[in-house]
Amino acid sequence: MQNIKYMEGMKQSVAVSLWFMFLTFPIMVIRVNTIENIIEWRWMNMIYVGAGSFILSFLWRYLSGKGITKRKYNNNARAGHRSYLQRLVSEKKLSLPALAIVFGIALIFPFVSSTYQTNIMTTALMYVVLGLGLNIVVGQAGLLNLGYVAFYAAGAYTYALLHYHFGVGFWLALPLGALAATILGVLLALPVLRLQGDYLAIVTLGFGEITRLVLENWNEFSFGPSGISGIPRPGLFGMEMGMHDATVYLYFLMIMLCSVTIFVVNRLQDSRIGRALLALREDEIACQAMGIDKTMVKLTAFALGSTWAGLVGVIFAAKTTFVNPASFTFLESAMILSIVVLGGTGSIIGIIIGALLLILLPEYLRAFSDYRMLLFGLIMVIMMTFRPQGIVTGVRKTYEFHSEEK
Amino acid sequence: MNYFFELLVGGLTRGSIYALIALGYTMVYGIIELINFAHGEIYMIGAFTALIIASVLAMAGMSGLSVLILASVVAVIYSAAYGFTVEKIAYKPLRQAPRLSPLISAIGMSIFLQNYVLLAQTSDFLPFPNLLPELPFMAPYVGFIGSTEFIIIATTAVIMAILTLLIKFTKMGKAMRATAQDRDMAMLVGVNVNRVISNTFIIGSALAAVGGVLIASHIGRINFYIGFIAGIKAFTAAVLGGIGSIPGAVLGALVLGCTESFATGYVSSDYEDVFAFVLLILILIIKPSGLLGHKAAQKV
Repeated sequence: MQNIKYMEGMKQSVAVSLWFMFLTFPIMVIRVNTIENIIEWRWMNMIYVGAGSFILSFLWRYLSGKGITKRKYNNNARAGHRSYLQRLVSEKKLSLPALAIVFGIALIFPFVSSTYQTNIMTTALMYVVLGLGLNIVVGQAGLLNLGYVAFYAAGAYTYALLHYHFGVGFWLALPLGALAATILGVLLALPVLRLQGDYLAIVTLGFGEITRLVLENWNEFSFGPSGISGIPRPGLFGMEMGMHDATVYLYFLMIMLCSVTIFVVNRLQDSRIGRALLALREDEIACQAMGIDKTMVKLTAFALGSTWAGLVGVIFAAKTTFVNPASFTFLESAMILSIVVLGGTGSIIGIIIGALLLILLPEYLRAFSDYRMLLFGLIMVIMMTFRPQGIVTGVRKTYEFHSEEK
Repeated sequence: MNYFFELLVGGLTRGSIYALIALGYTMVYGIIELINFAHGEIYMIGAFTALIIASVLAMAGMSGLSVLILASVVAVIYSAAYGFTVEKIAYKPLRQAPRLSPLISAIGMSIFLQNYVLLAQTSDFLPFPNLLPELPFMAPYVGFIGSTEFIIIATTAVIMAILTLLIKFTKMGKAMRATAQDRDMAMLVGVNVNRVISNTFIIGSALAAVGGVLIASHIGRINFYIGFIAGIKAFTAAVLGGIGSIPGAVLGALVLGCTESFATGYVSSDYEDVFAFVLLILILIIKPSGLLGHKAAQKV
């Protein structure tokens, strides 16, 4: 019996590998040089593909066979049925020391690592905040926003333009950038409030693209594709800082912003607005019947979500000292959305892990720099196949009923 | 007036190509309610396959119509195979998952396929030979509509007609319509839903490949990134016409193509893509279900 099963698997894998050899033949094997009229035949690639897909098909079957894919898509993890990470967050006895350790590591990190490492970490922290901000819109309110990068751009360009025209400094630009993004968020939300689901997704995507295209083409306003350079880094009481000190300073700034974001978002989840958002996501009609003003709640979600993007946008402009439209493409929106979904929609700790993974992984994969985007795409697909609820499942506040005899 | 007709023909040509790609989006969405982000990449792979096969054949000494036919057929077969495989790997395991998961998987697949072509081939623009023949009987109208434009519009029209017949009158078409209406119910009455979904992906991808060959011949160059913007435009067209509706996708694509053409012709060519998205947003605000879409009644 075992033998037959084994043979079946073998046959299947051979079929898979033959299929992939066929599939990748024109693109992988043939390369045409149209200028010199030479055809390059790369038969070795075919062998690699065959062998690779043969092994991967075994792995795939093994993972599927373990029933990982069969897992129920149940978001409400029952109490007492929580993963380590969820318990770590929800139980005070565990969470306080863990928090202290993470905080400690975060504090000494810039002093034990190079400028380059600190820089990458700052970027990762920026994405943590972006992810948490988008999570308010996507995770909590269930409004799929594919143009989140537009608000990020609004923050960055606010600082860049204000500095260029009026010499406004970082600390004044920070709230103004957030304000600009919030206003943009409300402006976008107003016309699209009637739309639902995928229509909303495509309109937000279009909105994001429009923002980028306008920045690219409106030379008098945004200086076109060449962007704006010479944006100053944030100052600290007028102190002059070198490259390294400025990086470390930005890092601590990000740590602070991150902490604030986590605190606010955490409080928001259980607040009146947070619960209204959740109700809206679950059932719009029932939510309205309960007396929640749908329009206001949706506007609030968009406004709250885009504020964070505006803040991070200002910091981005200060960090790179240069902005141009190329930084705000759809890929960026997709990246932030992936952070939210991969990390676990609705789970703060999940999003933090997701952001660190998605930003740090490609950085440290630079050894295979050519292949990193390829791997990135592949990981997204595989991750969704085997763990669609994300790394950490969001835990909803549940009310339990205890009978009195107990 | 001549300028007007020139723009109109340009718009219809553009629209025809968008229509070929948009059909794939709208059919897939109609059946499994998924924005297939990797669809643009399938179209790009179709164009690349055609280019590779055509170059190999040209160097082997073949010429003319036989190159066009062979290259197109191979491109269609390969695109269909890619569409089929992508569905099996990235979407099929996620049928029961939350709405966002297949979308992320689709975005991942799109990034993967782009980089796969980038690594296996090149990041440069490749010149694409004009495979479409000059039609002698078009000669008197040349100031009006070029041979290439005529072929693109005519091919699209013929393919649309065939597709409509296929969906209206064949058993498979019936099964597809049934699945689109209610997947569980279709399953209950004995429709092989998995087969129907695979077929949908195969047909959609094949159409995208035809679009790929046509547009590459028309524009004359391709690279690994052409799928992204074409995909977004085609999806815009599908939403414009009412997603899930096949005539809607065609109408939406033609409207989009003409809008772009006239706007770039009369207003400014810098904002070509902006017009497309502004049109989309306007239509969705005025008529959220698209031009030909049905307003779905919400059941409580």
